[in-house]
Amino acid sequence: MSPMAPFDEMTSAANVVIHDDERMKAVERPVAGRRRRNQIFLTTCWVTALLSLLILLVLLSAIFWQGFQHFDIRFLYAPPHPDPDQAGVWPAVWGTVWLCAICGVVTLPLGVATAIFLEEYPPRNWWAKKLHSFIQLNIANLAGVPSVVYGILGLTAFVNMFGLFGSEANPKMQIGVVYSDQYLTAGDEVVLVPAEGPSAPSRPLETGMAAEYANGNDMVLNVIGPEDPLPEDQELLRRTLRSDATGGRISDTTWYYVRLPFGRGVLAGGLTLMLVVLPVLIISTQEALRAVPNSLREGALGMGCTRWQMIYKITLPAAMPGIMTGSILAMSRAIGEAAPLLMIAGIVFIKFAPDNLMDDFTALPLQIYNWAQRPQESFHQVAASGIIVLLVVLLAFNGLAIFLRQRFQKPLS
Amino acid sequence: MAPRKRLVVWQGLMVSLLCGAGLTGCNTSTTESGGGSGGGGASALRGSVELDGSSTVYPISEAAASAFGEKYPNVKATVGVSGTGGGFKRFVRGEVDVSNASRPIKWEEHLQCAEVSPTVQYLELPVAYDGLTIVVNPANDWVDQITVEQLQEIYLEGGGVQTWKDLNPAWPDGKIQVYSPGTDSGTFDFFREVMIGSGEGRSMRKDMSTNEDDNVLVTGVAGDKNSIGFFGASYYFNNKEKLKAVPVVNPSSGQAVLPSPEAVESGEYAPLSRPLFIYVNVNSLKRPEMQRFVEFYLDRAAEFAVQVDYVGLSEDVSERVKEHFRKKTIGTHFWTPEGEKREGGLLEVFTTENAVPVQG
Repeated sequence: MSPMAPFDEMTSAANVVIHDDERMKAVERPVAGRRRRNQIFLTTCWVTALLSLLILLVLLSAIFWQGFQHFDIRFLYAPPHPDPDQAGVWPAVWGTVWLCAICGVVTLPLGVATAIFLEEYPPRNWWAKKLHSFIQLNIANLAGVPSVVYGILGLTAFVNMFGLFGSEANPKMQIGVVYSDQYLTAGDEVVLVPAEGPSAPSRPLETGMAAEYANGNDMVLNVIGPEDPLPEDQELLRRTLRSDATGGRISDTTWYYVRLPFGRGVLAGGLTLMLVVLPVLIISTQEALRAVPNSLREGALGMGCTRWQMIYKITLPAAMPGIMTGSILAMSRAIGEAAPLLMIAGIVFIKFAPDNLMDDFTALPLQIYNWAQRPQESFHQVAASGIIVLLVVLLAFNGLAIFLRQRFQKPLS
Repeated sequence: MAPRKRLVVWQGLMVSLLCGAGLTGCNTSTTESGGGSGGGGASALRGSVELDGSSTVYPISEAAASAFGEKYPNVKATVGVSGTGGGFKRFVRGEVDVSNASRPIKWEEHLQCAEVSPTVQYLELPVAYDGLTIVVNPANDWVDQITVEQLQEIYLEGGGVQTWKDLNPAWPDGKIQVYSPGTDSGTFDFFREVMIGSGEGRSMRKDMSTNEDDNVLVTGVAGDKNSIGFFGASYYFNNKEKLKAVPVVNPSSGQAVLPSPEAVESGEYAPLSRPLFIYVNVNSLKRPEMQRFVEFYLDRAAEFAVQVDYVGLSEDVSERVKEHFRKKTIGTHFWTPEGEKREGGLLEVFTTENAVPVQG
């Protein structure tokens, strides 16, 4: 064949089209009409896209305009305060970071594993098929459940653990906590006497008993009767307790403090958020896995891979961008949730960031909601500043996810 | 544990340094028989104070917890906002130390206190007043006062009032847009009880615009010429230019009264001024930090209330509250032992003889 042959074919094909005048005319008008409709559709798309961008811009500029009047570095470091000028978000930012970390660590493996099971291991017999479609149906339904409902579920399942392990104040199992009774002596000094447990009876007070000052220094108690005169000596007075003094049980927790039931701590909050975002993540991961061409799987299996090798080496890397996008969406939702947290704890004033998994917490959405509800206009500005911080935290988490996505993305070919 | 302990040691060190500088030689004998020295005095108190409940009372309790935290930095004071009902739900199970309430405890809640072990005995302590304010649009130039009967006609389901003209033939023929706080709030409960009562078939009208966020009500009333709404006075005080408060005719004196702090405190602004409470679990008061907290709260309640645009208790009521606390007068004052509601202002109801402890 000569190299010119394809050219000949093309010209002859063109000739056919050009010469076919009548058919040309027949299609000409509809083409113009279709072009116009195409243009209209394109314009509509542009307008809607720009409109949503515009709305976002208006929202953001309103927030930034309000928020920056109040925003400064101190706002980041300060706890909430009744005076709007001194209020800050420190405990709320840490609460949100803890919640998201817990939620992410638990949700990602669980969600991805569930999606893999549903997508990559097709059921082989009748029972498995039923189970499969039952799980699938439930996940689809759960994705539409209002988050408050998850709050109630979290309250029962995580906070109270169905009442199986006693109550939060009197847990059946705990590690990493020391109890003591706190007394105020006649000399107004804080004294700690070791105690057995959260509700064990206090040790009877007697002179010569060893105890601790609040600063950890050892001391020896001096106990007098309820009606006895107080000692004159100042030093002795500071160590003196009346025998009928009542102490308050306090606890010293370590960073690894764990108890069953979890109680209203940050762990229960994070797990509740897991319930909220798990269906979202599973569904989006399933979509990502479905988008991986079957030829890749067949190729891998044909090369002698086991199913797990195929998933691990071929399917997962190929689906990674989609999975990451799903995770970003899921985590963004978790960061913004207020309703389930309100069911779990609803603490708005707290001065400390959580120290351990069981510690009390507040979160940015709760804090913002509370400020926005206050009557004072200046608190609304504080709320706007809080929203800016929430946006930054959100973008930071998303940025991290995008970075990971770029890092682990492998080209399909 | 370690970081906090270190902090405590630091504070101890600072204090002993200061002591050493001020009272040279005074503290030299501390270690001979008693071991190491203490430090910090009562401000070294540790432990936790947990409050939960009404979002109306929240600002006062937040002010108290915040100021308390500055004085006792090692006490963890937390304040939640589960609503008055939600707060009591936890309180009657003994889960929280203090319940913030924008209404007195209900009789069922009082009875539930006996169902747990140990029985929850409580102190009922008023901390401030709030005057519910009736507001209309500033463009509304026809309403210059309103009576309790007129309010009842407006807010009662089937009250028959649709337009302003229905209330008073001299008023224009505009359809009244009715605004109200959310049905879960203590504010709604209080208003319903005062205006509508709990009689058979009597309920608040269904076609109101309700919202949990009072700021939304402010915006609603401010944007609609024919609207009327009610909410806590602090929302009116902060939006005076957008709203017009309507003087409410006091049924006993016949005078139309605006909810000024003075009128609320003196009880002239009736029947829409209400006391706000904290309920304190007596078992929790065994703990020194709780004892200090409540003492601190009551001492400065008036100051905190004014700080967040509420009205402080009058001197005599405030003294009585402190006395109740000192003498540990437990129980509710708003119910008879038979479960009948006691009516009247704080001065008549809040007395030692009226206190009904939990039976259990």
